[in-house]
Amino acid sequence: MLKQTVLNAAHRALGARMVDFGGWDMPVNYGSQIEEHHAVRKDCGMFDVSHMCPVDLVGADCRPFLSRLVANDVAKLTVSGKALYAAMLNEAGGVIDDLIIYFLTDTKFRLVVNAGTADKDLAWMQAKAAEWKMDVSITQRRDGADNLGIIAVQGPNARAKVWQVLPQVKAASEGLKPFFAAEVDQYFIASTGYTGEDGYEIMLPASEAEAVWNALKVAGVAPCGLGARDTLRLEAGMNLYGQDMDETVSPLDAGLAWTVAMKDERDFVGRAALAANGQQKQFLGLILLDKGVLRGHQKVVTAHGDGEITSGSFSPTLQQSIALARLPLGVAIGDQVEVDIRGKLLKAKVTKPVFARNGKAVI
Amino acid sequence: MSNVPSNLKYAASHEWVLKNADGTVTVGISDHAQEALGDLVFVELPEVGAHYDAEKEIAVVESVKAAADVYAPIAGTVTEVNQAAVDAPESVNADAYAAWLFKMTPDNLADVDALLDAAAYQAVADAA
Repeated sequence: MLKQTVLNAAHRALGARMVDFGGWDMPVNYGSQIEEHHAVRKDCGMFDVSHMCPVDLVGADCRPFLSRLVANDVAKLTVSGKALYAAMLNEAGGVIDDLIIYFLTDTKFRLVVNAGTADKDLAWMQAKAAEWKMDVSITQRRDGADNLGIIAVQGPNARAKVWQVLPQVKAASEGLKPFFAAEVDQYFIASTGYTGEDGYEIMLPASEAEAVWNALKVAGVAPCGLGARDTLRLEAGMNLYGQDMDETVSPLDAGLAWTVAMKDERDFVGRAALAANGQQKQFLGLILLDKGVLRGHQKVVTAHGDGEITSGSFSPTLQQSIALARLPLGVAIGDQVEVDIRGKLLKAKVTKPVFARNGKAVI
Repeated sequence: MSNVPSNLKYAASHEWVLKNADGTVTVGISDHAQEALGDLVFVELPEVGAHYDAEKEIAVVESVKAAADVYAPIAGTVTEVNQAAVDAPESVNADAYAAWLFKMTPDNLADVDALLDAAAYQAVADAA
């Protein structure tokens, strides 16, 4: 039995093509994935991401707990509402999950973790809190009473559309810089996203999600499926858990070194393994020069050894196939490499792992 | 609900086959197949003159979402490919029955008659 978000009936009413996404019955598109992609780059689209799991941390030890739990440093969170992207590692330095941490008060933080990893994440966090004897309560907000829906509204016109539908949140959210959140009554408005565009991720009581979704639709926001979400995040060079990194991959080899804070002596799970192993691979972009489509797990042949594509697809913005790949350390941006596609070696160019943001190509 | 024209024959692997007056057959992918794949962005077709056994991989169609093999619905030799489908893969989404992929001369024209008719293929598509 597939799990459903509170917006399941709304997706079906819109004629969405539904797929099994890690045990969740989710819309992959509502017609054309490419049109949905362009709607977000050029205007405004919305995604149901209620399968992702908000987790509320409450207690005197929130900070020391998070300081040991994740590889990024919550000491960077000094202003209420600020968000931090972080990887939660195991002792071997592999990535258990990537998550966003919102700092509300010194005794209250909210995390958002991935859908497919939520159960193991919660078990891991509970175990660590007990092991470290921390005063922190950990409560998931996805399932059961008091649960939240999440709607991501993304694109250059996203803010204006959200204010049109929820005028009461305008004053508090207008001035939000990227990666901040504000709470207005029952709405949690975050200037975060997974598309490389401006916009908000709105957490709200599940009971209100369908009304807000429908109002956004009436306001002209394009419903977008997880298909477009994937090509948008790929163009923006944002990692996808389970493809670009997992429990066997170091964040240093997955392009996440910028999220690993090793400057001071802070002790966090996985630090010793990262220090011992260092960086073994580099995480870069590829643009296919020949005709075809790059896909995950394809082999990349370089002058310095073989690498592997972790995510690949067709870029609607560039009108070319693009990929994220783990490549040997000697490879440089601008190099030409070959990708094994069904036994043929096709030419590709190595790029920095960001292809398009804010409506246009950046490559 | 996908479109399954009754004048065509179908393979369970989602190809359609049209018998031509000159003894060749025209092959494409079904409306159900294009809809399941989503926006197509790449089409790779066989070489003219190449022979394929039935159910062998003969072409590739890729959408933003996934790559899918196209299989030879019957044994035969490729006589012509539709370059327009290669140049504009989205034409297959627009009309899967107009945007054919290749033509072939069957080894045995009677093989076409053994393929699924529209009602039988509709049942396959509905079960997918």
